[in-house]
Amino acid sequence: MLCVEEVSVRFGGVQALQGVSFEVTAGAVTGLIGPNGAGKTTMFNVVTGLQRPDAGRVRLGERDITRLRPQARAHLGLARTFQRLELFGTLTARENVLVAAEVAAGLTRHGRSPADLTGELLERVGISDVAAVPCDVLPTGTARLVEMARALATGPRVLLLDEPSSGLSSGESAALGRLLLRLADEGIAVLLVEHDMDLVMAVCSMLHVLDFGELIATGTPTQVRDDRRVQEAYLGVTVEPAAPGDAPARVD
Amino acid sequence: MIVVVDSCRELPKCTVAQRAVGHDQAIAPDGGHRQSMDTFLPLTVVGVVAGCIYALTAAGLVVTYTTSGIFNFAHGAIGMVSAFAFWDLSQHHHWPSGLAFAAVVLVVAPALGLLIERLLMRRIESSSLDTSLTVTVGLLVLLIGIAKMVWDPSQPRFVPQFFPTHSVSVAGVVISWHQLTVVAAAIAVAIALRLFLYSTRPGIATRAVVDDRELAALTGAAPVRFSQLGWALGAMLAALAGVLLAPLVTLDINTLTLIVINGYAAAMVGRLKNLPLTFVGGVALGLLESYAVGYLPVGNLLGQIKPIIPMVFLFVALLVLPQARLRGRSTVIRPPRVAGLRESLVTAAAFLAVAAVLAVTLSAGTIATVSLAVCFGLVMLSLVLLTGYGGQVSLCQLTFAGIGAFAMAKVGDGGSVLGLLAAVGLAGAVGALIALPALRLRGLYLALSTLAFAYSMDYVFFQNPKVFGNSLSLSIKRLHVGGLALTNGRAYFFFLCAVFALVAVGVLAVRRSTLGRRLVAMGDSPAAAATVGMSLTRLKLLVFTLSAALAGLGGALLGGVQGLVGPADFPLLSSILLLLLAVVFGIRTTTGMLFAGLVLAYGPVIQTHVHGSLRDIVSLGVGLGAVGIGRNPNGTFGGNTPLQRLRDRRAPDLPAVVAVPAPMGPVEGAGRAVR
Repeated sequence: MLCVEEVSVRFGGVQALQGVSFEVTAGAVTGLIGPNGAGKTTMFNVVTGLQRPDAGRVRLGERDITRLRPQARAHLGLARTFQRLELFGTLTARENVLVAAEVAAGLTRHGRSPADLTGELLERVGISDVAAVPCDVLPTGTARLVEMARALATGPRVLLLDEPSSGLSSGESAALGRLLLRLADEGIAVLLVEHDMDLVMAVCSMLHVLDFGELIATGTPTQVRDDRRVQEAYLGVTVEPAAPGDAPARVD
Repeated sequence: MIVVVDSCRELPKCTVAQRAVGHDQAIAPDGGHRQSMDTFLPLTVVGVVAGCIYALTAAGLVVTYTTSGIFNFAHGAIGMVSAFAFWDLSQHHHWPSGLAFAAVVLVVAPALGLLIERLLMRRIESSSLDTSLTVTVGLLVLLIGIAKMVWDPSQPRFVPQFFPTHSVSVAGVVISWHQLTVVAAAIAVAIALRLFLYSTRPGIATRAVVDDRELAALTGAAPVRFSQLGWALGAMLAALAGVLLAPLVTLDINTLTLIVINGYAAAMVGRLKNLPLTFVGGVALGLLESYAVGYLPVGNLLGQIKPIIPMVFLFVALLVLPQARLRGRSTVIRPPRVAGLRESLVTAAAFLAVAAVLAVTLSAGTIATVSLAVCFGLVMLSLVLLTGYGGQVSLCQLTFAGIGAFAMAKVGDGGSVLGLLAAVGLAGAVGALIALPALRLRGLYLALSTLAFAYSMDYVFFQNPKVFGNSLSLSIKRLHVGGLALTNGRAYFFFLCAVFALVAVGVLAVRRSTLGRRLVAMGDSPAAAATVGMSLTRLKLLVFTLSAALAGLGGALLGGVQGLVGPADFPLLSSILLLLLAVVFGIRTTTGMLFAGLVLAYGPVIQTHVHGSLRDIVSLGVGLGAVGIGRNPNGTFGGNTPLQRLRDRRAPDLPAVVAVPAPMGPVEGAGRAVR
């Protein structure tokens, strides 16, 4: 569904992304993990059009969207949440979702009334109770859920979530996991950036690992967990080679 | 009519070069190409000197902006106060000029900078642009007010040049030691800043703070310390520029304050962070101006653009800036509750009832002033849409009002419905035209480009006899529909109130509509707005057009109050004041605009009744009110009263209470599809 090909981004002297390629498939949750500063959020910005890559391409379905503007990508079914929250702070939670639904309705993405869809989504992510609260005063966890409902209101084919569970309790995280799986069941391609490894392991069918802007591993959660380079990247130590027969997943 | 800057009309030559050319090198203004070789070197000298002063000013702006993130509109006012302080010490108290120079630049100015940082700026460092703009513009107004109280503007003052009797002759061009001093000071400052920023520990730490404030704080740097340093240093550079400039121009409060606006252009060449480029920009601007004065013919269109060269320079520098990444706002604002249709209709009806009583009871003179206030309020309602909701800061709303008044006067008989429609249409069209090149600009850059537009329009449109006639005024009648004419001042007042009420109800209706939600979304987070699929370009164009049209309506009706309109009714600084008052009275509210309009209309009235040194009490009040915004970002009627502040303190608990009951609960049983 979403295809990133050889994307590179450089900020002054820092190579934020270096020839990164991966794919996000419809109907599944794909994880993008890596230590802080690995380039995950930069990748989200590249995919959604907030950051122009120095090299490489981004495709959505069959279409090359590398040069499209953010709103055009949204019209094609790309939606995201932000790690550093980007809510419409002086609008209420309900208005945040409603405005996205209205934009999508203007494009006849979904046939339903924006108000109905908004009510439904608020209930679905469990924030109906704060519908009338201006988002600036919501606690982080709840605000992330508003962002998620807002992203869903655009009727996405691909949903990019940037650390959605930070600020949530473990019970809430588990519920979030169930929601993500259900969204995938509905056919949405979900790309998840997340530090909560329990959540990642539980919901992702495929993982891509970034470190210092490079993709160092790709594979199923189990394969990636046992990968030597991943352990080094996360723990910062050289790990003894894995036992023979336990083939680590590597990117070419 | 204008509270603070009533005499800025008398400044046809607000540029250093234009004044200096006349003073020193004595070049025939219509030099023409025949004399080009004779005049080239002297013009170059004048240009370089002017450019060095621009560069010094701009460097101060850049230093303050990079360390604190605040663009200091009061930078020129600090330079102005310093120049007057220098006059006071050296001429009034007869200090030796070297001592006076040292006292002002090394003691008074940095102390002023530190005071400003401590009292005002520390609170607003991460707040929205309209807040920081209001506070710094408020500071500008306040400093002008103080200066007028201390140094009576009607008394002429002169500051002699440094080393007045010394000059050198290079290749036949006489260069005064003062001019050499200016150039030497600029070079010294450039070298000193470079050494400081790249070779000293505090300097390197300063650059770290500039790059990433939070990260620098994490590594042990104290951003507050660097803000203090930035404000002290910025004020010193402003003072240095002011003191060096003072002998080259007439010592006038408004001139000195305004000249510095030209320095904005130089700062923009350096993209507000690159000091070497800033110096290059300053000198380039000075030279450009000087050659234009020397070589451009007088009288025709090319001659007319001379005074606006710095602004054209600024506009171009803004347009070639690389596009900043979309980012959100970082402060928490408690928006005022949005009134429903019923509530706003009831309020409007009550307002009209009061207006009806006032229309028959007030004296004729009061009616005229209050009518003016309602018209200003109407123009300010355009800011509610544009700035309050859409987050786009405009410093040229009064320019649109002037265009509206012009159309009203020229179309039909000067008071027809057709004229009113033309006013709305022309102002809207110009608004759209202005918005087009400015669409890719955001925040401060957009605000500065509107400032450049207003400044330029002042010269090529409002001051132009071809537009406003030789008397620089046009007559406007009060609106008449069919046989019904609103010639009676009381009837016209009530009519204005009805229009205001109607528009206010309309603005609130927009806020409750999808357009309003999209505007607020764009203002709150352009990044998120784009990623949910909104076309910010189209939305910005729309809101600019709407708000310019609305301002045009206000201007056309304003003409009817006075019968005559002229350039003096729409000066640049009043546009800034308009925004400032709108923010003070709550730029997201409609009722606040009425009070803001009253202050704007009553300012000059109070000024004529108060005598002596307290004459500028209004500008003091306005300035204080504006700087007070730093403490109360939602404005007087914005809802953030002390009572609400108490409630706000509890606010974080509120959602926690609500968020608890099994947030994801419904998910489990839900089979609802989100397509």
